[in-house]
Amino acid sequence: MSARDSILGKIRASMGSPASNDDRRRTVADRLGSAPAGIIPERAKLAEAERIELFCAMAEQFGATLARVGSYGEVAGEVSGYLRDRNLPATIRIGADKRLKAAGWETEKNLELRHGPSDGSDMTGVSHATAGIAETGTVAMMSGQDNPTTINFLPEHHIVVIKAGDIKGDMESVWAMVREKQGKGEMPRALNLITGPSRSGDIEQTILLGAHGPRALHVIVVD
Amino acid sequence: MELTANKFKANASKALVDAQLQKALGNVEKGFIGKRQKAADALPEFDALRDNARDIKNHTLAHLDLYLEEYERKVTAAGGHVHWAQTAEDARRIVLDICRKANARTVTKGKSMITEEIALNDHLEANGIEPVETDLGEYIIQLRGEHPSHIIAPAVHLNKEQVEGDFRRVHTHLASERDLSEPVSLLSEAREVLRQRYFAADVGITGANFLIAETGSSVIVTNEGNGDLTQTLGKVHVVVASIEKIVPTLEDTSQILRVLARSATGQDMSVYTTFSTGPKREEDPDGPDEYHVVLLDNGRSAMLGTEYQDMLRCIRCGACMNHCPVYHAVGGHAYGSVYPGPMGAVLTPSLNGIDETGQLPNASTFCGRCEAVCPMRIPLPKMMRHWREREFERNLTPAVARYGLKAWAFFAKRPKLYRFAASLGMPLLSLFGGTSRRFHALPLAGGWTRYRDLPAPEGRTFQQAWAQREALKQEAGH
Repeated sequence: MSARDSILGKIRASMGSPASNDDRRRTVADRLGSAPAGIIPERAKLAEAERIELFCAMAEQFGATLARVGSYGEVAGEVSGYLRDRNLPATIRIGADKRLKAAGWETEKNLELRHGPSDGSDMTGVSHATAGIAETGTVAMMSGQDNPTTINFLPEHHIVVIKAGDIKGDMESVWAMVREKQGKGEMPRALNLITGPSRSGDIEQTILLGAHGPRALHVIVVD
Repeated sequence: MELTANKFKANASKALVDAQLQKALGNVEKGFIGKRQKAADALPEFDALRDNARDIKNHTLAHLDLYLEEYERKVTAAGGHVHWAQTAEDARRIVLDICRKANARTVTKGKSMITEEIALNDHLEANGIEPVETDLGEYIIQLRGEHPSHIIAPAVHLNKEQVEGDFRRVHTHLASERDLSEPVSLLSEAREVLRQRYFAADVGITGANFLIAETGSSVIVTNEGNGDLTQTLGKVHVVVASIEKIVPTLEDTSQILRVLARSATGQDMSVYTTFSTGPKREEDPDGPDEYHVVLLDNGRSAMLGTEYQDMLRCIRCGACMNHCPVYHAVGGHAYGSVYPGPMGAVLTPSLNGIDETGQLPNASTFCGRCEAVCPMRIPLPKMMRHWREREFERNLTPAVARYGLKAWAFFAKRPKLYRFAASLGMPLLSLFGGTSRRFHALPLAGGWTRYRDLPAPEGRTFQQAWAQREALKQEAGH
């Protein structure tokens, strides 16, 4: 008997051979099909303006910095300003996301854009979030050419651009978005929920920012 | 690691006089308890979410065979491979095979208790493959040749001076006069050293907090980002996870995520919650070429349908040990097993048998805090009691305790005799208690009086005192 059959057999035996497997199969299929939502915290249920406010407040609470701009055309200026204020090199790593293409880079003559995944040598990476979660100030990032996963983790500074309208109240609304993009039951190769910059408390329980991932997370909300 | 659970008493005695350890253990109470309470208080739905999380896992366990089949189907459809392992040995063999096929010389590892359970690092090393732990705490204890003393804070038993000593000993390529006096400089150094290792590694191995049947995804929940670098930069990603990590849907995962980080570190969300589904796709610029999941049983299927089934709801948040007075006093290594604290005291006998681990379910005051804070509402004290019963049935309890219990049982089954003997004994003990009303030493109770006095009885038996109290109440009522 294969290990698989043996393990499944032991599980079934421990249940004392249930009366009807058809019923159990139906229960499982129903749950997987309907994916019931469970309890959604009240604080996630807000109208759009308050929802965006909460998202910004929570992201800052968990160590991110925040900027709000009026349009995509202002993103490049905000990125340049961020780099200048921190004396960072005027070079960013960026994927192929179309929304980021129209971010006004042409006005930032000194800024160098490196395209494609990060190789670990980048000081700053810029990506576009799929969605935001106001409940916890979290950004949701999907893998792919548009926003390579390595940009989320290798640069010291991670700048995430998010459209205000993509900020949802709760995690469950993000699953609805992912299902719309990918189909029910399908996921991108990697989906990263990111809440603040990388940190560790492993030495004497002292929380320090900048463990293995970015030391700083800067979120730009585009209204 | 070598199982020394039945040396708990000896280990604990050593731990109590270890000044370095006692200093470090202060951080457990200081660090975790207040943060958890604050996070729980800030979410009015927290207790209702705990109920829901419990129900989700109970539902999953009742249909575990079917959800596992569905999970396997989805992983395979996404281009991944599922390997089933009945024992720790099977899992080690499977992981080694995958590493060999990838011609791996080094593998990076995200923090994973399950790879501790199967002693994977020793096995890889013995076969010429170097495992590199990348979680800061795990990296530190790997340098020291130790095992985690806590399931989410593996180096919580250490002080920063000890870490500095280890870094100076091992990182000899760095300037000896560098300043490492602050934790932040230690963290920066580990970051620099490990950066190179991610790129050099052929295989990245992680555990999983959840396996989602709906999508075939594995989920890791971390703060440092090392788990993500491990699984993104290696050519091959191997997930090692036990069968009870299954949850049905993304929504179910979200429910449990809301209680996980709050119970563990007091965060609303950990920094990185990553859902991985299969290997790199055609259009992907990064990610692993191969994605493998090793599904481990190792005794868990035998827990289903028994009084220990509820233990399979555990999500390894560590809240039970963070709130345990025994853990606070002796630390994780004293338990002499992979999983310390209350959850370990229940799980370890299930995995290793009560014969080798009988001292663990006894390493509890039954204060009940572990159950009170468990996000999955696992009745840990009740299950420890079940293990004590098993231990007694199997004649594993020490002789003095057995005879004592038998003598007590003789009287307890004969109420009149019990009352008579007690009514003689109590005034006598009260008399011997003298003016101090305390015993500094007692025959057969040296283990107690060595560390503290025993208060002397008041002179009446409990039943006498109770009868009088009831009589007074009746009088007051009329």
